[in-house]
Amino acid sequence: MIHTVSLSVHYGTFTAVRNASLIVRQGSITAIVGPSGCGKSSFLNALNRMTDLIPSARITGKVSIDCCDIHDNCRSAAELRRCVGMIFQKPNPFPMSIRRNIQLALREHGTRDRTELDAITERVLRDVGLWDEVKDRLDSSALQLSGGQQQRLCIARALALQPQVLLMDEPCSALDPIASAKVESLINNLRSRYTIVIVTHNLAQARRLADDIAVFWIADGAGEIIEQGAAADIFDAPSHPTAAAYLAGTQG
Amino acid sequence: MRSPVISPAWKERVASVAIWVSASLIVGVLAWILIDIFMKGFSQLSISFLRDEVEDAGRGGGIASIIASTLAILTVTLSVAVPLSLATAIALTEYTRDLTRGGRFVRRSLDVLAAVPSIVFGLFGNAFFCIALGMGYSILAGGLTLACMALPIMIRTTEQAIRSVPDEYRFAAAALGLSRTTTMFRVVLPAATPGLAAGLVLGIGRALAETAALLFTSGYVTRMPESLSDSGRALSVHIYDMAMNVPGGNTRACATATVLVLLLLFINGAAVMLMRSVGRHVPPTRSGSV
Repeated sequence: MIHTVSLSVHYGTFTAVRNASLIVRQGSITAIVGPSGCGKSSFLNALNRMTDLIPSARITGKVSIDCCDIHDNCRSAAELRRCVGMIFQKPNPFPMSIRRNIQLALREHGTRDRTELDAITERVLRDVGLWDEVKDRLDSSALQLSGGQQQRLCIARALALQPQVLLMDEPCSALDPIASAKVESLINNLRSRYTIVIVTHNLAQARRLADDIAVFWIADGAGEIIEQGAAADIFDAPSHPTAAAYLAGTQG
Repeated sequence: MRSPVISPAWKERVASVAIWVSASLIVGVLAWILIDIFMKGFSQLSISFLRDEVEDAGRGGGIASIIASTLAILTVTLSVAVPLSLATAIALTEYTRDLTRGGRFVRRSLDVLAAVPSIVFGLFGNAFFCIALGMGYSILAGGLTLACMALPIMIRTTEQAIRSVPDEYRFAAAALGLSRTTTMFRVVLPAATPGLAAGLVLGIGRALAETAALLFTSGYVTRMPESLSDSGRALSVHIYDMAMNVPGGNTRACATATVLVLLLLFINGAAVMLMRSVGRHVPPTRSGSV
């Protein structure tokens, strides 16, 4: 379970997200929707402390993931990110072999045995439906794969660390419709095994995938959550007028 | 009065002629130099020229000891300059922010150092390594002086190579919980290999081509060196000496120059192959490449 209380993200004097309080249920898919520049990605990046990489970024409020405040010292950023995987908008496999892409982080976190590493590699590649496509060329460059294959490899790479949470930042928006459909059905298959938070611009996709929805909007120059709850309820009967207009396709 | 109108097609034609003439001029000069050296030098080349010791001030015998000294000096230079430039470049890119005063100061100093004439480095090397540190005229002193000389340009190209690695790789690494060290050595540096190879090749070129700085530091003794504390004459110093100081040494100078050029091509080729095999998955267009 992820629970944020009054989470705000500031970059210098600019506030990207203000007072976002959200509950993400264990094993559910929560979609974050809203127009560009309303703080969706900043919110996502705060969840696994990727904001630490941006020198001017400052976080206030609370984030607890599995009842552990991520800014308490009970977990280092590396430990946290190990159990909270992240998928980026643009597929970003490392410029190395497919096998090494998956095994690099495993080795770093202490798995050394070759057979075990290869077994995990096969398992996660099967999980993302890539095994049959790449099993004969595990040692060739990951950059030779197509965009959709690269994105699935990135998901496999994250799954290899056995995370509990997957954060996805518009994982399909850089892909063509067919590759996008494949990744979407993959995300659907991961439902209930992982807690998934997905940022998307595609309302149809949010409708197809999400158990819960959070709608972000800009209010007084900063992103806020204006509507949240079960996807079915929110799509059928949104309570916030702006959210209603946005979800109906008449605004945003 | 109306100004004369030049048709766009004419402008195109003039521009492309100008560009092609400049390009062929450059290639022509390079070819002229190489052909001139090779024409005069190749006839003198033989196995014994490479294998024998210097005789009669260079007019007879071969240049085996010169080649050995050159390689020894180059080895000293690279074994100091490569780790130092790598470490400094990492410090500049990952551990100092662009705008901090420290980083800016280091970069400014490097740019000034890169422009310092080599003879000044020679005098410094003589005063510091040979006299102050008591190394005397030696291969060690020469190699270290060359390292000082090659460092600025190697650091700057290495820094550029590391900077040109896309941030997405760093984000991906961070998201997988990889440490800073692992990210640097397993992800960023391998991705930067084409640019690193360029830095290495520039460094080697600078070191092999150097004459002035070596005159004062590694000296011009033609004997086969027995240790790094012996004085040894580098190929470029030998060429200078043959061409300027030894009457009748001109063809020998050309033969030595031929060897130097071939050695440079061979070492650079080997360096590029080595870097390619390390970064074989890196797309070649991503940063400066050789």
